[in-house]
Amino acid sequence: MASLKELKNRIKSVKSTQKITKAKQMVAAAKLRRAQAAAEAARPYAERLAKVMGSLAGKVRGESGPLLLRGTGSNQRHMLVVVNTDKGLCGGLNANIVKAAKAKARELIAQGKTVEFYLVGRKGRAPIKRDFADRINKHFDTSNVRDPGFEEAETIASELIAMFDQGKFDVAHLVYPQFKSALSQDPTVQQLIPVPRPEETATASATAQAGAVVEYEPDEEAILAELLPRYVRTQLFGALLELAASEQGASMTAMDNATRNAGDLINKLTIQYNRSRQAAITTELIEIIAGAEAL
Amino acid sequence: MPLHFELVTPEKLVRSEEVYMVVVPGTEGEFGVLGGHAPLMSTIRDGAVRVFKTEGAQAEEIVVRGGFAEVSAEGLTVLAEHVTD
Repeated sequence: MASLKELKNRIKSVKSTQKITKAKQMVAAAKLRRAQAAAEAARPYAERLAKVMGSLAGKVRGESGPLLLRGTGSNQRHMLVVVNTDKGLCGGLNANIVKAAKAKARELIAQGKTVEFYLVGRKGRAPIKRDFADRINKHFDTSNVRDPGFEEAETIASELIAMFDQGKFDVAHLVYPQFKSALSQDPTVQQLIPVPRPEETATASATAQAGAVVEYEPDEEAILAELLPRYVRTQLFGALLELAASEQGASMTAMDNATRNAGDLINKLTIQYNRSRQAAITTELIEIIAGAEAL
Repeated sequence: MPLHFELVTPEKLVRSEEVYMVVVPGTEGEFGVLGGHAPLMSTIRDGAVRVFKTEGAQAEEIVVRGGFAEVSAEGLTVLAEHVTD
């Protein structure tokens, strides 16, 4: 049985831990709101770009399209772009992303493909290195910027496209958490390069039927070639935004749990403390009474 | 007839307003867009987009980098990766 003094110290330390987790939870809640607003603000651009791509994709058919759209023609070397956070204290988020990435890597390796990793963020580095140490191509560091934004997305995209142009890989997949709510973030694997052929949008075919002729300047193919890298950048930017929102959401939930657990622990310890205090008093009383009776 | 003009960057919707005319620096030359312009898609070279709020008004210049313009029945949409007012 722990002494009274020990219990008292223990309670004190759990209380201060609870204060920290509570503070972190509130910070995460505030940051989550900001991250969600940023994700919201990025939507119009992505939507419009997807619309334009959709209407162009219908025009450029067959094998003639730009390299980024039709791919290298082979499906042998795969690149996994895994987006992780830089900081911990966000529950199982990073573990889940890494798990999804590893599952995809194993699936590809089982099919006899070669797999390489392009890691973004600090927290994915160690667990992936453990299993695939020789397959990590590059680690992109985002820990020196506060909120990874469009500039980082641009840098990552241009590096990837340069590698693709040099023929270093055939297919790139993007692994990132999709923000559903503060309670759930789904790790998602999505093909990044070659760009999946966008669906021809309903509006595009509607205008085509209405007979409105869209003029292209320069021509469709040149515009598409210009827009494809931009589309890749937007995808990466979207992934970074989803990651930011997911990180804060997961952190909020994890810290909420931690705060609650600390509360439970304090209750339990307090009860134990009171019990041993009372036991000590009872023992003392018995001793006094026994002493008095002996006289 | 006013023209609905939208300027969008990956970070946010910068402008969404009714204007008289917008002059866009297309890759194959500048072009002005008034209300009711025929559908058009064009890439934009880095430079200033000039916005005329009303006829004969002083032009407002917005410098864009990495741009793309789309004119449809709804109006003019400029997608730009970087914008400096």
